[in-house]
Amino acid sequence: MAELGERQTLEPLILPRMDNRVRSFAAAAVCLFLILLIPVAALMAGSAGVAPDFTARLVPPDWAHWFGTDQMGRDMFARTAKALTTSLWVGLFASACSVLIAVVMVLVSAASGRWMDALVSLAIDATIGLPHLVLLILICFALGGGPFAVTLALALTHWPRLARILRAEVMQIKQADYIISARHFGKSWAAIAVGHVLPQLVPQMLVGFVLMVPHAILHEASLTFLGFGLEPTSPAIGVMLADSMRYLTAGKWWLGLFPGLCLLLFVLCFDAVGNGLRLIFDPRTAQT
Amino acid sequence: MTRPLAQSLAVGLAYRLGRLAVVLLLVAAVAFSLAKISPIDPVNAYLGDDIARVGPEQKALIAERWGLNEAPLTQFVRWAQNILQGDLGYSMIYNAPVSEVIASRFWTSLPLVGLAWLLSGILGFALGVVAGANSGSWIDRVIRVYAYVLSCAPTFWIAILLLLAFAVFLGWAPVCCAGPIGVVPEDVTFSDRLRHLALPLAALTVFGVSQVALHTRAKMIEILNLDAALYARAQGATKLDIVLRHGLRNAALPAVTILFASLGELFGGSILAEQVFSYPGLGQATVAAGIKGDVPLLLAITLCLTLFVSVGNMIADMLYRLVDPRIRDGDLLTGGDHG
Repeated sequence: MAELGERQTLEPLILPRMDNRVRSFAAAAVCLFLILLIPVAALMAGSAGVAPDFTARLVPPDWAHWFGTDQMGRDMFARTAKALTTSLWVGLFASACSVLIAVVMVLVSAASGRWMDALVSLAIDATIGLPHLVLLILICFALGGGPFAVTLALALTHWPRLARILRAEVMQIKQADYIISARHFGKSWAAIAVGHVLPQLVPQMLVGFVLMVPHAILHEASLTFLGFGLEPTSPAIGVMLADSMRYLTAGKWWLGLFPGLCLLLFVLCFDAVGNGLRLIFDPRTAQT
Repeated sequence: MTRPLAQSLAVGLAYRLGRLAVVLLLVAAVAFSLAKISPIDPVNAYLGDDIARVGPEQKALIAERWGLNEAPLTQFVRWAQNILQGDLGYSMIYNAPVSEVIASRFWTSLPLVGLAWLLSGILGFALGVVAGANSGSWIDRVIRVYAYVLSCAPTFWIAILLLLAFAVFLGWAPVCCAGPIGVVPEDVTFSDRLRHLALPLAALTVFGVSQVALHTRAKMIEILNLDAALYARAQGATKLDIVLRHGLRNAALPAVTILFASLGELFGGSILAEQVFSYPGLGQATVAAGIKGDVPLLLAITLCLTLFVSVGNMIADMLYRLVDPRIRDGDLLTGGDHG
């Protein structure tokens, strides 16, 4: 059966074939390079993208302004680069905090037994039971918006998925023989959690972190678009797209197209880097 | 299996309902405290532009009448009691009881969210089956890339693109709202309503398809790799036969499960889509309540959506157990690890 043979080469069952792996790594490396390029581009742009130029308002894309200019004559390319840099920092910082929250919760529940575990899983359920965006809106409403509020809101909402994965892993690790013997030697659960369980979680934490960043960035843009996130004066993808809404009906398509497209590519790049990392740390599950 | 199925399900349901109540209480408490620490002063938000005409004494009177001077815990208990009695409070921005606002907005949002849910389920399932049945072919690759890219795209940007293409350049659909401007909602004709629904619905569906499609595809490939499929093939069944007889049935329930579990994302998406198209539904009311500081409305919407999404998660979790008997009996008390 030619068909079965073909399927096996395209969907390898145990390990991805070498050329497949090499290709994934290459893609991840290119994407990482592109991501690092964005802050550099933002730095080189200087005051372009922030300073208004009323002689060049709403110019369609040309060689001087690749992405055109907005209603204040600001260069959209420089503005997009600056916006993505902000997104990058917010996303990285929020995800780092979120991973920290997830790890601490899981370790505490592993170290202190049934009640704490039930409490943690209840907290996970309650956070997942609320639409992400509504919870984000609530937190930003409570803190009054701004970069700090957005970062905190993102940090407080993105941990449950990772916490679930880590919790399942911890449950497995706790069954291992060396944990049981460590227990018999009189080590406390707290010492076991930090000394034996935590090091095992590091790969999942790293992969979870990198894959969380694009999520956080998308949510930051959504929040800002709705008016709860970053200040309406700062360069941010959400602000730019929200502003563009007023000019779309007049046919100024470049205002809406390019910032969103860049955000999409940025997120795809991050995802590729995350999958590359997963290939290194967790090759068995990384093929799907 | 030690317990009969019905009894095990009943115990599971009771346990889950109790858990749902606890989750709702927890969310209510958190949402209430968040609203309390907000820097937006409810009295000022209520007065709006009239603030210049009201002196501090009158403001104090309003605060007194609303019970804003009491301890936060007392306020919370009173608010929770009112909600249990069916009194959700009074919305300042719409100048109507919150229950009425939510009811009317709900009926505007229902066709949008419901149809998007249904369509993304059907389309996603179909795409997933086609991709899975032809895995490795160009059509599989197209569907996979589509689903992958869409799952990374910002919802509101997709909505903006649709608006640009179909409303601005092609002029096929109206730019905003749920009916023509200047017409009372009761007089809007069915076809008009449909035309206004089309774009937001498309935005939500285009976005919602990807997850169901990817999961169904994976399931389909798994089924086609089973010995049963190979055996059927050896007996002379065509590939179409196997897909229709073995594949569809086995892949359908997981797809339904995913649909229920993704209700939260669907509501999040509807907030963004409604904002882009100025569609006067529940999502737009959420944003308006948050921006203008209408606390009773915001809290009530939060609770309603939590109820919806949690019930959806609950159904998804129970479906999982129904599909896979291995997890049905075992970890009843550990709760869902499968969302």
